[in-house]
Amino acid sequence: MLTRLFHSQLELGLAQAAAAFITAFAVVIFGRRRGIHLERETLIAMLRGIVQIVAVGFVLLALLQAPNWSSGFLLAGMIVAAGSISARRAKGIPGAFRISVTAVALGAGSVIAFMTGLGVINAAITSLVPVGSMLIANAMNTNGLALNRLRSDIIGKVGEIETALALGADAKTSVAPYMQASLESSLIPAIDSLRSLGIVWIPGLMAGMLLSGSRPIYAAIYQFVVLAMIFAASGLTAMISALLVRKRIFSPADQLILRADAA
Amino acid sequence: MPENSAAILKADHLGRSVGTRILVEDINFEVPAGRVLAIAGPSGSGKTSLLRLLNRLDEPTAGTVYFEGFDYRSIAARELRRKIGLVTQRPFLFPGTVADNLRFGPAQRGESISVQKIDELLRRVGLEGYSSRTVTNLSGGEAQRVSFARTLANSPSVLLLDEPTSALDEESRVGVEAVIRNTVVDSNLTCVLVTHDMSQAVRLAQSALVLDSGRVARYGLITEVLHAY
Repeated sequence: MLTRLFHSQLELGLAQAAAAFITAFAVVIFGRRRGIHLERETLIAMLRGIVQIVAVGFVLLALLQAPNWSSGFLLAGMIVAAGSISARRAKGIPGAFRISVTAVALGAGSVIAFMTGLGVINAAITSLVPVGSMLIANAMNTNGLALNRLRSDIIGKVGEIETALALGADAKTSVAPYMQASLESSLIPAIDSLRSLGIVWIPGLMAGMLLSGSRPIYAAIYQFVVLAMIFAASGLTAMISALLVRKRIFSPADQLILRADAA
Repeated sequence: MPENSAAILKADHLGRSVGTRILVEDINFEVPAGRVLAIAGPSGSGKTSLLRLLNRLDEPTAGTVYFEGFDYRSIAARELRRKIGLVTQRPFLFPGTVADNLRFGPAQRGESISVQKIDELLRRVGLEGYSSRTVTNLSGGEAQRVSFARTLANSPSVLLLDEPTSALDEESRVGVEAVIRNTVVDSNLTCVLVTHDMSQAVRLAQSALVLDSGRVARYGLITEVLHAY
């Protein structure tokens, strides 16, 4: 219907965005009637999302002419932004921003660097930045989930943790069950993406490769490669983050310093 | 160098404040080996805060504690907590069996305890035959006894009890108090007992310290402290 009403690509895109926005917000209104209040957060997230992705469109336009080395700066900027966003899920954890940035840089950054070195990711800026951003974005989501779960588990299990400490356990042992649970739960989306690949969804990257003339089999295999890289980057990021959090929430004398009233 | 060889546990101008809030301040007492000190006082007077400092779950911001004559900050925290065992008000049992819980403490230093030792500990707390039971099926009183046995499995020199009967019904309270009397008093174990029940303090302790707003309001032999009330 929209294609008949709008003839220029830009007008059509704006109309499609408006349709998707209304649909998404209808879900929020539906949730509100059942006492789930996500209006403000969803509205801000959607407005931010559209502004940011349009801005990226302009950046990509400029990238086509930029030298390859500039991709390093772009990815570094994305890592800082990803760390900042996921750190908000770790309210009350001391040094959450620094922890998140370090974890995403070491986790996603090292996978990007390693895979680029191997030639799995093309070093050309038009390839490295979009693929790298996928890894960073997913690492950010996983990190946010891991930190959020770890924080709530630790605050909810202070009694159990301090009981273990009082019995002579070290900090590592006292929080081990909660670290494991947070890592496992945070990686569920990445694992499910791999598991459902091709059955439940065909990712946009594959569609893009097909449209740009790649052979279907190569596009399919590369899609698996991307998801496997996402899993590696996400898992590594969450693990590093959890380890760094553990160091920050205990004193040198193995005293738990994270408390509900601080979070 | 040992500070005082007579007292196994000694608080020396001990205090803790968080920001501008004073939890406990200028606490001084001594507990000779084999004696029971009761810490009493109204809710919010700092009893639990003081006990947490003794186990070094929290760090003092003033003064210190001497354990066996040594400043306890010179002892590795894990080793100190093993020697000064803590039984919390609510028994936080780990998932698994009763025996799994009793093995936890010794396992932290690479030791395992025998089936016979587990049976003996359970016998001491009146839970003979409970070894293979899963902790989810225990009553509140049974869970508190397991918590007690789990701390004893570490062979502590001093036992800290944080209102161990306050969350229990009358029948369980009597049972747990009997366990405390049998294992602590009869075994001559040094103990610091936090309680809001002065009659319980009289039954179990030889000396008492009453806290009020984080400060020592009264300290001495149980009869003297009781007489003042």
